[in-house]
Amino acid sequence: MSEAPRQSVGGNAVLRFAPHARFRFDEVRKAWVVLAPERLLLPDEQAVEILQLIDGGRSVDNVIDELVHRYEAPRDVIAGDVIKMLQDLVDKKVLR
Amino acid sequence: MTRIEPPLALLAELTHRCPLRCPYCSNPLELSRARDELDTASWKRVLGEAAALGVLQVHFSGGEPLVRRDLAEIVRHATEVGLYGNLITSGINLDAGRLAELVEAGLEHVQLSFQDIDTASGDRIAGFAGAQEAKRRAARFVRDAGLPLTANAVVHRQNLDRLDKIIDMAVALGADRLEVAHVQYYGWALRNRAALLPSRDQLDAATAIVEGARSRLAGVMVIDYVVPDYYAHRPKACMGGWGQRFLNVTPAGRVLPCHAAETLPGLEFPSVHEANLAEIWYHSAAFERFRGTDWMPEPCRSCDRREIDWGGCRCQAYALTGDAVRTDPACALAPDHRLLAGAIQNSSAAAPDFVYRQYSAALRRSPEPISRPALE
Repeated sequence: MSEAPRQSVGGNAVLRFAPHARFRFDEVRKAWVVLAPERLLLPDEQAVEILQLIDGGRSVDNVIDELVHRYEAPRDVIAGDVIKMLQDLVDKKVLR
Repeated sequence: MTRIEPPLALLAELTHRCPLRCPYCSNPLELSRARDELDTASWKRVLGEAAALGVLQVHFSGGEPLVRRDLAEIVRHATEVGLYGNLITSGINLDAGRLAELVEAGLEHVQLSFQDIDTASGDRIAGFAGAQEAKRRAARFVRDAGLPLTANAVVHRQNLDRLDKIIDMAVALGADRLEVAHVQYYGWALRNRAALLPSRDQLDAATAIVEGARSRLAGVMVIDYVVPDYYAHRPKACMGGWGQRFLNVTPAGRVLPCHAAETLPGLEFPSVHEANLAEIWYHSAAFERFRGTDWMPEPCRSCDRREIDWGGCRCQAYALTGDAVRTDPACALAPDHRLLAGAIQNSSAAAPDFVYRQYSAALRRSPEPISRPALE
């Protein structure tokens, strides 16, 4: 079996887009889109902001710090939302 | 009517030719001949028009798209105009060289069909000796090429009892995704309904297996599950609503809101030879016909789910009632819902032999709707 264990998203994780996931701006809709096998995602404004910070360099903690700084919001609220969204995209194999 | 959004995806049916003869094939009963297929230049033009219109993903399908020798050239053009390219294949004609050519052309993903888990049953359902082994080989080529792999298993009463093993097989093949799709009953599948429609017990067992596997395999393999609407209380939102998200171009160049739409009488589907995709999407009578909610009869018209279900499936409504405007009988609120009970009762009888998909003079006429008395 080639089964790999589930990847769990924690603060230290450094995520990137999977090789065949595309995060790009669509000129027709004037909106960001995520294209992946059998998946087409239209992220809302906040999701776009998070995804723009996923660059294969920053850790999840760094991403959260940046958003806390931008929004001057409580860290635990932002951290919960961010990790939930990123875990979902990892499970969908959009991020790894 | 609110603003018409651009389509998200294009199903490009490059050909109806296919080595397999699956008795639930989604192609129409009247199959296009090779000589009627769009040429390379026409497909490239269509892909350019699709990208300009706002299409984001293209699914190269058929028939078997690999029978087109110009497939890589078509895929390359899709990549150049910015479309995300998926190949939907039986895998029969796939080899490492052919796949390398497609990867180089920018193909992003392969969806590979499986009819069952073992050679005897897989080959029998596909109507092709050697199919199962060729598919296993094709899965390895896709993994070796580094492309994401989706295994697609169409399920029905003759393979559903092995669903747990189908799931294990997909994991062992290294699939990132498994689509478990119950047969949808139009065209060939409607003709073979008595041989394919599962019992309620089979369906309940299958649904429980999928739910168990989803939690066990979270993060390992994604399972998409298409339920059979014969056992549903509300209809599926067919294609996300007529003319709202998808368009389909047939091998001969007809533009359809869904792949089965040519079964509907009285609609003139435009050809890519006559108009560009944007004109067809925004202005053709065929795409306007069932778009939105204005066309709806009761009980849809006043239903609070009218913009969720979009009245269900027009092709199913026509196939079962002879009237494309009626509420989809899959809905428990539909006046024709009892038609499904008749088919379900028959599914407990012995399964008749398959009528395999084929090119045949006898079938080169419009399919006839199944009349109500025939179902009762």
